[in-house]
Amino acid sequence: MSAAGSSPPVLELAGVTKTYRVKQGLFSKPKPLQAVGGVDLRIRKKDVLGLVGESGCGKSTLAKILLGLEAPTSGRVMVDGIEAAGQDRTLLARRIQPIFQDPYSSLNPRKSIEDIIALPLVVHKVGDSAGRAQAVSKMLDLVGLPQRVRRGYPNQLSGGQRQRVAIARALVMKPEIVICDEPTSALDVSVQSQILNLLGDLREELSLTYLFISHNLAVVEHLATRVAVMYLGRIVEEAPAADLFAEPRHPYTKALLASVLTPDPSMSVPDTHLGASYPNPIAPPGGCHFHPRCAAVRDICKTVPPPHVSSAEGHVDCHLYAERTQAA
Amino acid sequence: MARDIDTLAEEIQGPSPAAILRRRVFGHYGLLFGATALLVIVALAVLAPLLAGHDPYAQSLVARMKPPFWMEGSDPNHLLGTDHLGRDYLARLLYGARISLAIGLIAALISGLIGTTMGVAAGYFGGRVDLVVTFLVNVRLAMPVVLVALAVVAVLGGSLQVVIVVLGFLLWDRFAVVMRSSTLQVRGLEYVNAAKAIGCSTRRIILSEIMPNILNNLIVVMTLEMAHAILLEAALSFLGLGVQPPTPSWGLMISEGKQMMLFEPWVIAIPGVALFILVLAINLLGDGLRDITAPENRS
Repeated sequence: MSAAGSSPPVLELAGVTKTYRVKQGLFSKPKPLQAVGGVDLRIRKKDVLGLVGESGCGKSTLAKILLGLEAPTSGRVMVDGIEAAGQDRTLLARRIQPIFQDPYSSLNPRKSIEDIIALPLVVHKVGDSAGRAQAVSKMLDLVGLPQRVRRGYPNQLSGGQRQRVAIARALVMKPEIVICDEPTSALDVSVQSQILNLLGDLREELSLTYLFISHNLAVVEHLATRVAVMYLGRIVEEAPAADLFAEPRHPYTKALLASVLTPDPSMSVPDTHLGASYPNPIAPPGGCHFHPRCAAVRDICKTVPPPHVSSAEGHVDCHLYAERTQAA
Repeated sequence: MARDIDTLAEEIQGPSPAAILRRRVFGHYGLLFGATALLVIVALAVLAPLLAGHDPYAQSLVARMKPPFWMEGSDPNHLLGTDHLGRDYLARLLYGARISLAIGLIAALISGLIGTTMGVAAGYFGGRVDLVVTFLVNVRLAMPVVLVALAVVAVLGGSLQVVIVVLGFLLWDRFAVVMRSSTLQVRGLEYVNAAKAIGCSTRRIILSEIMPNILNNLIVVMTLEMAHAILLEAALSFLGLGVQPPTPSWGLMISEGKQMMLFEPWVIAIPGVALFILVLAINLLGDGLRDITAPENRS
C-alpha cells in the first residue's frame, strides 16, 4: 500500500451493505436480498477503478449508493475523507456525477441539448445565462460535438452523440469523480472506442477519477488502473489492472478472464467451469458464495466464509491464498 | 476511418420533434375532423351575440313552435324555429354551446388539477402516499357519479356554478389513475436518476423532468373528461337538477322539448345533434392526440 499512503483516497467505502426486502408471493413474508454485502473500496485521485462482475452481482446498486440515489443499509461512503451521508445532497452532486448506460433513456426527450447540458449549472445557480451558454459551448467542444446540436433534441442524435451529451452534462460542473455505469454497452462497437478514448482523454485533461463499471473485460483492461471483481455483492479480488490481468488469483477472476471470446472460431466457446447457473441471491450458498461454481473448491469452502487476504497492492477473498500464506 | 463515419453521422440531422408532430397531425383525419369541428363550435359560441340575431331569453307568444327552415311554414326570421315560449332556437343553441363548453372545460380543469396532483404524487413518492391515493380512488369509484351529483344538487339547489364544482370534484378518478401509472413509468427512466444525481429538487424533477413527458396523457384524459362532463351536465339539466331555466342549456332544451317530441321531433333533435357533434368532436380530438403521441406510432 505504498502508493495509498502518499495520496489519500478521494472516494472511500467502508463496509457498505444494501439489503432489499423482496416479496415473493402474496402471503409470504418479505425476504432480505443482500445486493451489496460489506464492500470496502478506496479510489485515489486520477485512478480508474474498473468494477467487473456478472449481471446481478450488485455493480449498479453500488453505483446508485455512490450517487446518493440509494441509501446504504449500513457502512459509510466518504468523499475526500468527509462522510457523504452528513453532507448536503447538492454538495455531493458537485463532486460525483454519473454517466449512465443507456443514452437513449438518460436524456430527457423534451429538452434541447443546451438545456440538458446546462441543467446542473441552473440547479447549482452557477453563472448567469450568458455564462451558462458559454460553458455549454465549451463542453460541446470538449466532448467533440458540433455547436449546432445545441438547439437540437436527443432524438436527432445518434447513440454515440447522445452519450457525448451525457458526458458533457456530467462534466459541466467539473466534478472530481465520475461514475460510469457501463457507458459503452448500449452503443455500436464502432462508436464504443470513440467514447472510451474520449473518456481517457478527458481524464488526463481534467484530472478526473473514474469508477468504471463494466462487464466487458477488454474495455476495463483498456482504461482501468485498478480492477475490483464483484461476485454476489462482494468484492472478491482487487488489484492493479496490469497485475490482475497478468496473474488473476481468485478462481472467479480466472474464470472471467477465461470467458473472454476470441475472434478465432476454431477456439469455440471457452470452458470456464462456471456452469450455467448463477446462484439465487435471496438464498446465497453457505461458506464461500462462489463454492458451487468454483473449479478449485475444497471442503472448507462449503462451510467457512473466505478470509480477507491482503497483498502488497490489493486483496483477494479466498481460502486458497489463506493456506498459502500460512504455509509460507 | 472512424472519424469519417462520426463526422458523417453528425451531418445527418433528423427532423425536430415539432416537425415530426406536425407531420403526424396532418396525417390523422380523425384528429383533423375533431379539431376542426371543435374549433367551429368554439367560434360559434364565442361569436354567439353576433350570429344569433335574437335574444335567447326573449319570449314571443305569437311566434311559438315555428318549425326550422327545412320544414313547411318556417319563418325566415327564425332559421331553426322557435320553442314553446317563442324563443329563437338558433340563439338558444348558440348560447347553450357557451354553457356546455364552459362546464366541460372548467369541470375538466378542476378535476384535472385534483387528479393530476394525486396521481403524480402517488406515482412519484409511492409507498404510503400511493396507498392513500389508491384508496381514495377506490372510494371515489365506488360512488355512482350521477346519484352523488343529483343528491348534492338537490341539497344545494341547481345552478351553473354548483354543477361545475360538483362535476369537477367527481371526475378526477381517471386523471389520478392515468397520471399515477404514467409517472411510475417515467420515474424509473435514467434521465430522472440523472436529474437526482445532479441535485435537482423534487419540485424541479416533477415539474421539468416528469410533467413534460406525461403531458400528452394528461391532454387525452382531459378531452375524455370534458366530453364526460358535458354529457353529465346535459343529463342533470334534463332531470331538472342541473342548469335552471331560463338559461339556455342543451340538456335543458331537450328536457323542455320532451312533451312535444312525438309531434315535433326537431325540438329535441336539434340540441341532440349539437350535443352529439360536440362530444364526438372532443372524443375524436382526444383519440387523435393519443394516436399521434403514442410511442408505437413513433417513426
